[in-house]
Amino acid sequence: MENKDQDRESKPAKTISRRSFIRGAGLSTASSVLLTSNAFALEYKEPLATGKEFGPDAMTIKMKVNGITKSLSVEPRTTLASALRDHLELTGTKVVCDRGSCSACTVYLDGKPVNSCMISAFDVGDKEVTTIEGIAKNGELHPVQEAFIEHDASQCGYCTPGMVMSCVHLVDNTPDPNLEDVKNATRGNLCRCGTYPHVFKATLAAAKKTI
Amino acid sequence: MDTRKEKFPYGIPGHNLGEVEREIPVEEPPVWPVNDKLKVIGKRVTRIDALEKVTGKAIYTSDIKLPGMLYAKMLRSNVPHATISSIDISKAKSLAGVHAIHLIENTPKEGEENSTDKYPMVKYVGQPLAGVAAESLEIAKEAVSLIKVNYEKKPFVIDLEAAMEINAPIVFDAPVTQKQDGGDVGETHDGSKGEGNVRGPSTSSFFGGPRGNLEEGFNEADVIVERTYRTQVHTHMPLETHGVVVDWNADVMTVYASTQNTAAVRNEMASVFNLPKSKVRVICEFMGGGFGAKHSAGSFGPMAANLAKKTGRPIWLMLDRREEHLAEGNRPNSIQYLKIGAKKDGTLTGIQQRSHGTAGVGLGAGVGRIAQILYPCPNFATEQYDVLTNAGPGAAWRAPGNVQGAFGLEQAIDEIAEKLNVDPLSYRDHIDKSEVRKVERQRGAELFGWSRRQPTGSSKGVVKKGLGVGQSTWPRFVSLDSSVEIKIHKGGGVEIRSSVQDIGTGTKTVLAQVVAEELGLQVKDIKVNIGDTFFPVGPGSGGSVVTGSITPPTRNAAFEAKMALLKLVAKKWETDSSELFIADGQVGHKKDTSLKMSFKEATKLMRTSQISKIASRSDDYGGFQQPWGLAYGDLGSVQFAEVSVNTDTGFVKVDRVVAAHSCGRPLNIGQLESQINGGVIQGVSYALYENRVMDNSTGHMINANVDQYKVPFSMEIPEIETVIVEEYSGRSSTDAYGIGEPANIATAAAIANAVYNAIGVRLYEIPITPSSILKALSKVS
Repeated sequence: MENKDQDRESKPAKTISRRSFIRGAGLSTASSVLLTSNAFALEYKEPLATGKEFGPDAMTIKMKVNGITKSLSVEPRTTLASALRDHLELTGTKVVCDRGSCSACTVYLDGKPVNSCMISAFDVGDKEVTTIEGIAKNGELHPVQEAFIEHDASQCGYCTPGMVMSCVHLVDNTPDPNLEDVKNATRGNLCRCGTYPHVFKATLAAAKKTI
Repeated sequence: MDTRKEKFPYGIPGHNLGEVEREIPVEEPPVWPVNDKLKVIGKRVTRIDALEKVTGKAIYTSDIKLPGMLYAKMLRSNVPHATISSIDISKAKSLAGVHAIHLIENTPKEGEENSTDKYPMVKYVGQPLAGVAAESLEIAKEAVSLIKVNYEKKPFVIDLEAAMEINAPIVFDAPVTQKQDGGDVGETHDGSKGEGNVRGPSTSSFFGGPRGNLEEGFNEADVIVERTYRTQVHTHMPLETHGVVVDWNADVMTVYASTQNTAAVRNEMASVFNLPKSKVRVICEFMGGGFGAKHSAGSFGPMAANLAKKTGRPIWLMLDRREEHLAEGNRPNSIQYLKIGAKKDGTLTGIQQRSHGTAGVGLGAGVGRIAQILYPCPNFATEQYDVLTNAGPGAAWRAPGNVQGAFGLEQAIDEIAEKLNVDPLSYRDHIDKSEVRKVERQRGAELFGWSRRQPTGSSKGVVKKGLGVGQSTWPRFVSLDSSVEIKIHKGGGVEIRSSVQDIGTGTKTVLAQVVAEELGLQVKDIKVNIGDTFFPVGPGSGGSVVTGSITPPTRNAAFEAKMALLKLVAKKWETDSSELFIADGQVGHKKDTSLKMSFKEATKLMRTSQISKIASRSDDYGGFQQPWGLAYGDLGSVQFAEVSVNTDTGFVKVDRVVAAHSCGRPLNIGQLESQINGGVIQGVSYALYENRVMDNSTGHMINANVDQYKVPFSMEIPEIETVIVEEYSGRSSTDAYGIGEPANIATAAAIANAVYNAIGVRLYEIPITPSSILKALSKVS
């Protein structure tokens, strides 16, 4: 009853999924949606669900999070964000819009940033999840985290985990990024306190340190 | 009261710095010199809770999970005006996993519209009606959807101007009393006067009522500008929604709250449940944004407590994004008529203001007092009307009223300057009597390159550039309910305790800086425990009061604790404690340099395990303008904006903003920059993007989410530079003030003035959108 292979066997869902529904709704709205959508969400390919149906009751699945495989009991309607926050007590990942528009819930799936509020916990399968709690390694902060502290790149701090996830991904994957690169990397991240200028400064400073 | 006299730095370094003598309470610490001569104050000290924030370890109210905790969801009305004939909860109750349902019942209140119905009248879409507690949030949501409400619908009105019509549906039949958390500050909103939905006007503020004679003033004028400005409703949209976790056991009700005001939430909960304040504990350690909307326990606080009472279990109740937009506050809109007269020499002769705005079912839709006080003018009158509509209530929103008012006033001042053929910045030099804004104009203009400004409408090409300026003032408010406990523990360790909360502004860090400076220690040596009403009461984070209110008693308590410690050292060294000091973690003797002892060693001399001192905010040195805490002086700002306007597409981009600000003695430059950046970005958002869009035929908000409620993201952020002007006035032991409100006031006006400079056509309404630009250019009808 509890392994990832069942995910591959499950047959196509008869009803429209939460993700595809919201994506459809998004496309029908004004162009501002495109300006604010997470850059990575647009690239993310939804895995084809094949095989058995689940639910409606909870069942146990395994998920590799920050290098550790964990068992958790979730319902088919449980999102990855909820699995992390409500089942694994990894509350660094924040849910703000709950529809893929603000990137506060950004985590990595196999190293790629995704909106965890838009992904079913069942769809994670054997992909490795990295959350904000997994960014510092062996108690050592990532240069982006250090630079966020140094350049005061958080105010209330509620967007900060998602912001750090976007900026760490940029710095780790783009040699010598410029301001436009940083803006691109964070273009889906909503910060209501308006901390962006310090986020830009911090990320550029971190990128210099890692060269 | 025993006092002594001291000389304080007074004025602006690099401009007019001098000294002023003040009589101060004898127990308060000696004067601090200007920031240059201090070690920790005024420096770029990193935020002390930044590590938790960047690692995801900061625990916000929404992250709290207690043993046995249930999740709650509220049912909200989906019609804008109705009475409720019945509510059927039978299906919801029988859903597996549901533990309790609480229905909000009608409790008649004095001075408000009442009926004898069992349930309250529905006045707006999103009004809370009931709550469900269940094993999971999903179950609670499902249960809410199973509750059936039978409404008897009534006529309603949503639009501001429609509500002003004589025959408009009436929102409240009876007088409305001032809501505690209105959208405006300082105006008297009297909902008992007026006709139909139009209530008021309010004509006075704590700066007094009308002055002079307007008719004479306008007769004297050589030029007159007479305009009507319009601003939109926008919502706060903090990333963490409103909400609480309530854990109510036999002895104490503990409320974890996402709040800007732990003390107010404590008071409200104690009052609603008839508990002594000592038995309600409100805790807020990390808070995900408020911007003025989070001063109250709202309806969600009592709801969670009622569900906790019914179930005997802790209740998690955080709102979702839609509820947040509908019911938890907004900045009211405005239609402002403004008439300003001036003589040929520029002297203002008359300012007349009349405004209508709607805070939905609430009051407080004024346009502030900025027109009353920013520039001297002998003849002034304002009439500010509240218009009631069937929409969610307004709430204080960063510089309430004044942001709307500045949008009108600062454009009209530009128009006067133009009629007088004077540069708008020089004109302000001429009429503005504030020394600090004078310096801000000079330093800001130089950094910004104001001299590049071309004559209006002369920019060539499709994309036209424009430069504009806007000014603001915000009063210095002090809350006397500002108390702090400082503890020095035997064997080392210093602790700060207060109920004051850090809402992301950096309060924890500045408190640690103040104590570190006073005790000659480092910031990392100070543990800040705040945001808990079991500690001495602190102010709410609103009106930019926190820094000015809580840092002086923090310093004073630290000073008293230090003196107690130094007495112990003096006894050991057989000297007088007045000869001793602490610097760099060492106690020293002013004359005998051979005497030295580490701070830690000194604390070991204590006979008991701690020294504890509590201090409360004393009156400003020299007293207040108003006894409750309206201080002398203001927080002035001048903001400069550079815009590009694409005249083919109507697209406006703010390229650059220079924001020049004062806040008395600046405490932490990095954090001040952060807050100013935020104020500017919210101002850009107000000027160009945000708008609560209502469907007037159903009363529903159309864009009650994040994706369709447009705010700036990284791509729309201008380059922002800040100028922070130190201004000393010797009014308290820290002489420091906040920056939250000032940062947000002038931006929209500066942008509107810049857009005018670019295209030569003035826009009197925000948000300025591509369509409004194309209409202004007569490219579309």
